[in-house]
Amino acid sequence: MHTIINKKQITLSDPMLDKNLLEFIRENLDLTGTKNGCGIGMCGSCMVLVDDKPVQACRKTVRHIVGKKLLTIEGMALADGNLHPLQQAFVDAGAIQCGFCTPGMVLAAHALLLKNNQPSRDQIRKAIHNNLCRCTGYQQIVDAIEQAAHYYRSQRNTSMHTHKIQHTVADSTSQ
Amino acid sequence: MPDIKQKAWRNDAFAKVTGKAKFADDLKFNGMLHAVPVYTDYVHARIEGIDVEQARNMEGVVAVLTAADVPGQIRWGQIQQDYHMLCEDKIRYNGDVIALIVAESREQALAAMPHVTIKARPLPKVLDAEQAMQPDAPLVHDDKGTNLVVHHKVRRGDPAEIDKKHDITVEHRFETQFVEHAYIEPESAVCVPRGDGVMEVYGSMQHPFSTRRFVAAMMGVSLNEVEVISIPMGGGFGGKDDTSAIVCARAALAASITGCPVKMTYDREWSMRESYKRHPYRVDYKMNVAKDGTIRAVKTRIVADAGAYCSVTPWVTWRSTVQCCGPYSVPNVHCDVYGVHTNNVFTGAMRGFGSPQMNFVIEQMVEEAAEQCGMDGVAFRRKNMLRQGEETITGQKLDGHTVSLEQVMDEVITAIDYHKKLKPCSRGKANGDKLYGIGLAVSYRGMSLGAEGKDFCAAIINVQFDGSILLESGIHENGQGSESAFILLLAREMGVNHDRIRYRRSSTSVIPDSGTTVASRGTLMGGGAVVNAARKLKSMMAETVAAQLGCDAQHIVFDGEHLRAKDSGKSISFDETIREMYQKQNFPHAFGVFKSPKVSWNEETGQGKAYFTWVYGCQAVELQVDARNGRVKLLNAVAAHDVGRAVNPPMVLGQYYGGMAMGMGYGLKEAVQINDGKISNDNFNHYHIARATDMPDMKAIIIENADPLSPSRAKGIGEPTNEIMAPAIANAVYNATGVRYYTSPITIEI
Ligand code: FES
Ligand code: FES
Repeated sequence: MHTIINKKQITLSDPMLDKNLLEFIRENLDLTGTKNGCGIGMCGSCMVLVDDKPVQACRKTVRHIVGKKLLTIEGMALADGNLHPLQQAFVDAGAIQCGFCTPGMVLAAHALLLKNNQPSRDQIRKAIHNNLCRCTGYQQIVDAIEQAAHYYRSQRNTSMHTHKIQHTVADSTSQ
Repeated sequence: MPDIKQKAWRNDAFAKVTGKAKFADDLKFNGMLHAVPVYTDYVHARIEGIDVEQARNMEGVVAVLTAADVPGQIRWGQIQQDYHMLCEDKIRYNGDVIALIVAESREQALAAMPHVTIKARPLPKVLDAEQAMQPDAPLVHDDKGTNLVVHHKVRRGDPAEIDKKHDITVEHRFETQFVEHAYIEPESAVCVPRGDGVMEVYGSMQHPFSTRRFVAAMMGVSLNEVEVISIPMGGGFGGKDDTSAIVCARAALAASITGCPVKMTYDREWSMRESYKRHPYRVDYKMNVAKDGTIRAVKTRIVADAGAYCSVTPWVTWRSTVQCCGPYSVPNVHCDVYGVHTNNVFTGAMRGFGSPQMNFVIEQMVEEAAEQCGMDGVAFRRKNMLRQGEETITGQKLDGHTVSLEQVMDEVITAIDYHKKLKPCSRGKANGDKLYGIGLAVSYRGMSLGAEGKDFCAAIINVQFDGSILLESGIHENGQGSESAFILLLAREMGVNHDRIRYRRSSTSVIPDSGTTVASRGTLMGGGAVVNAARKLKSMMAETVAAQLGCDAQHIVFDGEHLRAKDSGKSISFDETIREMYQKQNFPHAFGVFKSPKVSWNEETGQGKAYFTWVYGCQAVELQVDARNGRVKLLNAVAAHDVGRAVNPPMVLGQYYGGMAMGMGYGLKEAVQINDGKISNDNFNHYHIARATDMPDMKAIIIENADPLSPSRAKGIGEPTNEIMAPAIANAVYNATGVRYYTSPITIEI
């Protein structure tokens, strides 16, 4: 039984399967970028992508990722260690204050932009509707996502780069 | 106007956007144990016995601690020492903690929770502040002999004017609600007992020094035996003082008794149950106005529910006292403000600190008074607003800074096209299913602590041999960007690029106690200390190279990474100057302090120079009310505030937007529901804060009238943005529906 976590294949054992996914990510994998803000699926601090779809890890068990690709914030940066343009857009737009919501926000935005690289501001707001931020009032987060959409569009236009986007999600199929 | 498209810069953005930033719950230490709190079902009860035996024998449980295990003061507090780390005699509210369970894993600690049992005798509870003031009310704290925490007053002008009949009298009772801070990171603390006997504390808290006082007092040790280390925190908004500090103290107790590192992380339900809230106010307000629209007198009686513990109720209610008439000139004032204990959750600091409640009242009162005078609300405000050199209701002459109330109001009116949009307001006549309204509100806000506390701050600049700079300050980063603001201020002052500066997160053992990150004082006070330290360093550096540059030290300017003689233009690089200083055995190290200019207060008359400077603000909103279900949708929001000087404009904008979203919640959505003393909405499924879809795109206008009393010329902005959204919404709701709502949050009944 495997799962692919941030491009690395991991073997899962039976007793792990019923463990809460958020605890598994934070405690067993030590990927503490994924946060716990409510534990009941209402804040999005624990948001991760499973096969490119946003999932609130606090509401799932490890079983949910068997045979799938999991992306956490730690897997978001580009292969060369530089920030992914979406992350850079968060920095540039002033979308980060305390930063506690940021990992979940970035992943929610990434899921949106993979699906729709030309979202309206309303669509952006809807896409991050499950992610609470108490600091920013969301405006600069929406700005960041809008800005980053340029990058996703430019990548879509060159087929070579379409591959590259996928590959930032999880470069795993080849492993 | 700063370019709002300017790229933002923060020293901590990379760590936060990559998930590398370590918040308290992200830390792990070898042999770390986990602690959890034990609550009871009681709201007010006398404790007769606590049985921990069963819990103690459960698997993995290392210790179960009660009040008897606390070596120092069992009670502590910032003003009155009445907040119990663990209850010893009584339960005073439903969030009181009677025991801590310490176990090898969090699961094991949680499993033991229901096995701590309490024997207690329920006592009559008092849940209404007004009733709590009655002589026969049950006492929350027997030893205080009264439920009254504080009584502030303002007595100004002629008492006869206040009671006499005037042309127009507007009189109403307003009620505001308990509000949760809802920082997205719940409380968490990790305490590590160090070999040298010092307890190291890593906590999600807004005030390392207050935390240290709590921990040291409760552990019965001296301040230098506790070291609180600053780490990133996931939001505070005033809410991470008392409760966060006591969570740290509990983890410290567990760590000290077990000799192991201990983590205590709250889940959301515990956080909402136990942590203090914004005070609910009951405000009776009477405004007397002459026919021509001049405010003649205000009489008000304000009762604030302090809940079970004092926290900073005397300070919060003091600000309400000072600002009880808003930014208007009122010759006759009679104001009484009471803070009262009840068995509700306790209340304390929250962004705005006693002003959102009052502004909700005042800014509706002035609109109503204007209407009765047959005047437009804006004209009425113009007529009564405080201007340069005029006196506030506490007798403070507003000078020494630019009184820019009219300027900020005009900016907003123009930007939103207020007058044009006032006409099509529905006033209860729906167009189809929709009612449209526009509304605005203004405020002034005294900056920093004012006469409520000692106000001074320190910063240290330590330049290394290679010219790289370490900066630290006594102000704790709460997420707003204080560290980057300080770096930018220092870079500008020294004429160097900001990337040669590293902010060193300080600890309480390194820098003097500089007070807390509250009262919008971070940039003002902390930035003042940075600038003052930089000036000291500059004069040391200038002295070092004056001879070389052939001029007096005073005639050397710092820019472009160089020191340059003003007249000859001769220059030497920053790096070379630093090397020169080390050669001469002079440390390029400077300690800077900023002390607030003098303020004063007379408790008896409520007169004095309350704050040394003020921020002026105006916000307006457009909204739509659905006539079928009363739902309100914000369509637009515009804000202008005079920040003195915007140090890091994108972050200033972040304060606007965040404050406005929180203010929207205050006006329309948020209320902690307390049923018979117990909070029923203790998580985000039932406590609703603004989501991205609740907010329109907002417009933020930064006004900069440099403040001469602030070394950096900057004032504060965290709170002003949060304190007038609710009344702007209330006024817009009135213009939409024709109905005034005197209770927040506004719930429109159809
Ligand atoms: S922690 Fe999972 S949604 Fe809040
Ligand atoms: S930045 Fe603090 S919660 Fe979003």
